[in-house]
This record gives sequence, C-alpha cells and structure tokens, in this order.
Amino acid sequence: MNPEAFSGGRLADNIMHFVRSLRAAGLPIGPGRTIEALRAVEAVGLGRRDDFYWALHAVLVNRREQREIFNQAFHIFWRDPQLLEKMMSLLLPRLTSDEAPPNALEEVSQRVKDALAPAPVATNENAEAIEQIEFDASLTFSDRERLQSMDFEDMNAEEQAAAKRAIARLRLPIEKVKTRRSRLDPRGRRVDMRNSLRASLRMGGAVIPIARRALRTRHPPLVVLCDISGSMERYSRMLLHFVHALTNDRDRVHTFLFGTRLTNITRHLRHKDVDVAIGKVTAAAEDWSGGTRIGKTLADFNRLWSRRVMGQGPLVLLISDGLDQSAGEGLAEEMARLHRSCRRLVWLNPLLRFDGFEPKSKGIQAMLPHVDEFRPVHNLKSLEQLAAVLARPAPRQDERRAA
Amino acid sequence: MSRPFPKTIDETAELLKSARYVADRSLATVLFLALKMGRPLFLEGEAGVGKTEIAKVLAATLGRRLERLQCYEGLDVASAVYEWNYARQMIEIRLAEAAGSADKAKLGEDVFSPRFLIDRPLLRAVRPSDEPAPVLLIDELDRTDEPFEAYLLEVLSDFQVTIPEIGTIKAKEPPIVIITSNRTREIHDALKRRCLYHWVDYPDAARERAILAAKVPGIGEALTREVVAFVQSLRGLDLFKLPGVAETIDWANALIALDRITLDPATVNDTLGVLLKYQDDVARIRGSEAASLIERVKAEAITAGV
Repeated sequence: MNPEAFSGGRLADNIMHFVRSLRAAGLPIGPGRTIEALRAVEAVGLGRRDDFYWALHAVLVNRREQREIFNQAFHIFWRDPQLLEKMMSLLLPRLTSDEAPPNALEEVSQRVKDALAPAPVATNENAEAIEQIEFDASLTFSDRERLQSMDFEDMNAEEQAAAKRAIARLRLPIEKVKTRRSRLDPRGRRVDMRNSLRASLRMGGAVIPIARRALRTRHPPLVVLCDISGSMERYSRMLLHFVHALTNDRDRVHTFLFGTRLTNITRHLRHKDVDVAIGKVTAAAEDWSGGTRIGKTLADFNRLWSRRVMGQGPLVLLISDGLDQSAGEGLAEEMARLHRSCRRLVWLNPLLRFDGFEPKSKGIQAMLPHVDEFRPVHNLKSLEQLAAVLARPAPRQDERRAA
Repeated sequence: MSRPFPKTIDETAELLKSARYVADRSLATVLFLALKMGRPLFLEGEAGVGKTEIAKVLAATLGRRLERLQCYEGLDVASAVYEWNYARQMIEIRLAEAAGSADKAKLGEDVFSPRFLIDRPLLRAVRPSDEPAPVLLIDELDRTDEPFEAYLLEVLSDFQVTIPEIGTIKAKEPPIVIITSNRTREIHDALKRRCLYHWVDYPDAARERAILAAKVPGIGEALTREVVAFVQSLRGLDLFKLPGVAETIDWANALIALDRITLDPATVNDTLGVLLKYQDDVARIRGSEAASLIERVKAEAITAGV
C-alpha cells in the first residue's frame, strides 16, 4: 500500500480483487460497491491500517454474520504483498509461482480458503482441477436427478455438499391460517369505518365510499423435534440444514434436539451463517449419536416447553426413526398430549424409504396412532414432497378422527 | 387520596402486607426499584401465583387509579389505545351539511378533534391530568401477538401515544406499569430490555401459610399447616400443571365450606378438582397417592410438634 500504488491505479486493482474474493467467499457484493469501496478508501486515506479496514468494512459488510469472513479475508489479503500475484495466478493458472500456501490459511474458514487459496502447483493437475470445478458448476440434469433421489446416507462428501446447497434453497409453504388482524381489502367483509369516514370527508361528506377490510393470514408457528441418536445421525445432520433454512425464512420456528435428553437449539439456529449455526448446535447438544429415549424426552418437552412454544397452534415436525431404547414406555401418552396441543403433527421417518416397511417396533406402534401425517424423509425428493403436502389445507378435526 | 412511594424495601414490603399481600424479599426489592426508577415491571410466572394481584394491591395502597388492559390475540389500537366515535362523527358531518357550512378542511379538523375520541386503557394511562399517575396493568401480554408488542415499545420507553390526526399525547408523570406473562410464548428481548424482570415463583411453606392466614379468614392453624404441606408436596411431584397459590386459597375455602378442620382421604379425593386442572394429574393423585401424601403430611405435623 505505498503511495505509488495509490496513484498508479494498482490500489483500484487490489480492491477489485479483494471484492472479487469476498464475493467468491459468498458475500453478496454488487459491482457498484467496488467503486464505493474505492471512494471510501480515498476519503479516509491510507495512513492507518485500521482506518483502511473499517472503511472497507463499512462499504462491504452489511450483515453481522459477514464480519468474520470479511475479517479473515482482509488479514490474509492485505498482509501479503505477493497476494496480488497469487490472485493473478488464480485467474491465469499457467503462470503460477511455486509458493506453498501460508500456514495461517489452515485455520480460517473453508469458504475464505476456497476463495483465496492459490491454485495447485503443477500445470497438469491444475487443468484437471479447473475441469473439476467446471463440472461441478454445470451439474447436468441427470446428475441433479440422481441427487434428488439419492439416500442421504449413501452420499459422499461432495454429494452431501451439493444436497446441502439444494436444501438451503428449499422453502416450506405451510398453509397459512387466519389471524385476528385485518388489512384493507376492497373485497373484504368488514367495514373499515375510519378509512370510510376519511374518504367521505375528502369528498365533502356528501357520500360515504365504503372501505373494507379482510383478515390477514399468516404461517402458523413451526416446532421441530429432531432425533439425533446414533441410528439417525446422517439424516439429522442433513435435516438440520433444512431446519436452518426454515428458521431463516420466517419467524416463530422453535427447534429441539433429542436423544437421551432434550436440547433447545432455537437461538443457535438463528445465526444466519449456516456453518456457524450448525457448529453452535453441535457444541450445544451433548448426546449426539447416543441412545434414544423418546418417551422421556417428549415428556420433558411437554412439561417444560409445551406451554412456552405451543401456545399459538403450531405445526409440529417430529423427525425420528421411532426406534426407542425404552421400548415405547410412556410414549403413547406423551404423543397423545403432543398431538392435542398442536395444529398438526407430522412425523418424518427415514425408515419409510424401505418398501416393505412395517411398523413393528413398539415405539413406532405407540406413536403412529397420534400423528396426522407419516412421511419418509431420506432424500431431496421426499423433502420437496413434504413441502407440497404441507401447503395443502390440513384435514378437519373430525376427518382426522375418522382416519 | 394518593400516598407517596415507599422509600425503602422494608416499607415496600409493609405496604404490600397492609393490603394482605405477602411478598418475599426479592419481589419487594424489584417492586421498590421499579417505583424508584420509574421503569415498567415485567412479571413472569406460572398461572395463579399472584402476578395480577400485585398491580391491584399497588393501585389500592398507593391510592391510584388502575388501568387494566387484558391482552388477547389480535388486540389492536382501536381497543387498546383509542377509537374514533364514528356515529357522532357522522352526525357532525350531517349537521354541518344541514347548516350549509361544507368547508372541507374545517370539517375534517372538527370531525377528528379530541371531542370524538374514545379513550382506551393505554391512552387513559398516559393522558396528562391533575390526578397522580395511574397504575397501568398490561395483563397476560403473551396472549397477544408480536405486532402489538412492537407497538408497546413506544408507550413503554417514552410513555407517549401518537394519534396521527391530533399529535402526540405524553404523560406528565409516567404511570406505574406492571406487565404480566404466563410464558405461553417468549416475549421479545427488545420489550424485556425496557423493563425490570421478575420471575414470580411458588411460595415456600412459611410464606404460603402466611398467605392463607391473610387471605382465608377463619382457617385454623392445623388445617393451614396440613393444606400447605399437602400442596407443597404436590409441587414436588412430576405433574403436568402444578397448583398455584390461587388454587391453594380456593382449596382452603372449599375445605372450610365443607366444615373440615383436618384433611381426610375422602374429602381430598372429592375436592382434588380444585387443586389440579388436568385429568391425567387428577387420575394420578386420586386414591392411594393422595392417601400416602396425607399420611406423610400428618406425620410431619406430629414431628413438627403441632
């Protein structure tokens, strides 16, 4: 960052590369902001490193969760004067220098690493790597199709990553319910006196045009209970990504994990960055991949949390394979109570993927009479079907009983 | 006749006691601070532990008016803050027409003047007046929805209400605000931040006996002891809904109405519905469990030397 760079326009290049690498790390930064960043740096000058840092921060970061990525990228990028060359090497793979990646890179976020790391040394490997990336980027239709119906359990790391990206885009359009609040609506059923009178006054009071209101609709709250015992492990980790996408898509989502004990992870999942959120969840729950005591943990939920989170008629997603260590002891009563206190209880069970699945286990037999929907959840397709089912109106209470 | 605020925590406790409200030290402290600092008091706790009662007692002992806002889903500005009197407004418009003075701007001003405003609890609480500031009770806030909570932020931080047609109405002296919640959902942090928070817990045995002595006239000491011991041991069990203080008082009244001076299994079984409100809980306690509880309660009473 010498004055020469400033005047010679190399600073502009540097900032542009910096912005590009941030973008590669996943920060949504438009081209307009590169110019703004340059202006900001010109305004504060290059006298102090921290001024420079905060000037770029002010322009390029607009969410709390982007700070960490920015911070890491900044320190790597602006520490090493060679970095520009390295960046160039990314763009022009044939001219790479033989430099090994700095050690510090090993400790930083995978995304920053991916965005900043120089390409591998040898030219041949390089070409292969590029090919690989291109292949990845343009996932063909049949690949996507295969991914859709592939069991989460059979996926390798790369396929899992692709599935996680697909999950992040999933939305759950639950049927909306009427609230007791209203909004202006010309075809509404209630008369809005206040607006009618105002409109009337605008016309001198001779006529009263009737303004109307209709009830607003809103998603019901969502409560997710997810089994994290050993038998569910691969699925629950994948489904946590799904729940994270849900949590950040709407308000009023409460999530609990259960194995041998119950953990409330609602606040952890609220972190917008999925990697950080899952990291916090993993740290919070102590019973990953252990046994399952569904009856006891549901009893805990009913006693301690039910009144706090079930107040407004939520939709409950119970994600579990129903394999209970304590052979379904006390499970039926707790399921009945859970069912009574919610709008709709949906049980997602990955075991349902087997065609010949029969509910023989005692736990499953105890739970099955108390659920409104019983659905498989083992691949992307089943998640999409779930979305479709939940968008349909729930069956009426009496139909539910008849079924 | 309004009284000045208590100057110490002891005075606060005395004040509550004078209205037959038996408070523990922590509640007296937080109440004293709320009065002293002019901050709203946010009380959370299970149903029937005396949250609403605190506001009533405060209003009575400090000689102030009680403005009560019962929350429910869909509570809106029209029923919480103010409403225009549409019928009278329409008559006003017709009268103006009949008099032939149809000046639009003037009419608009006339019709949306304070004369046609119907005050609701929140507006009444912040309306400047010569009386001392009232006690504003916002009851069961968890029953309403988030939009109303957001609306409360302005009221609670500045004690003012904005009416677009008239302007901002600001309290001369901030009202004493008590907010209660049964925690059927979490209240947003932004609202909690503006308040002092207190979790109202079930009382311990000594305090519950004092409450019964204050609230149930004519109850004997032996029955008090047994009733409280029984309820306290119920609270130690793994029930879906534990009985609150209100239930204890109801039960004591019920036993007196039945002319009982001591607990016996048959009476307990018959009156269990006063204490427990869930069928599962009643079914679990009725019969042998109740009998063994009574036995233990009586044994304790003997060892305690009564």
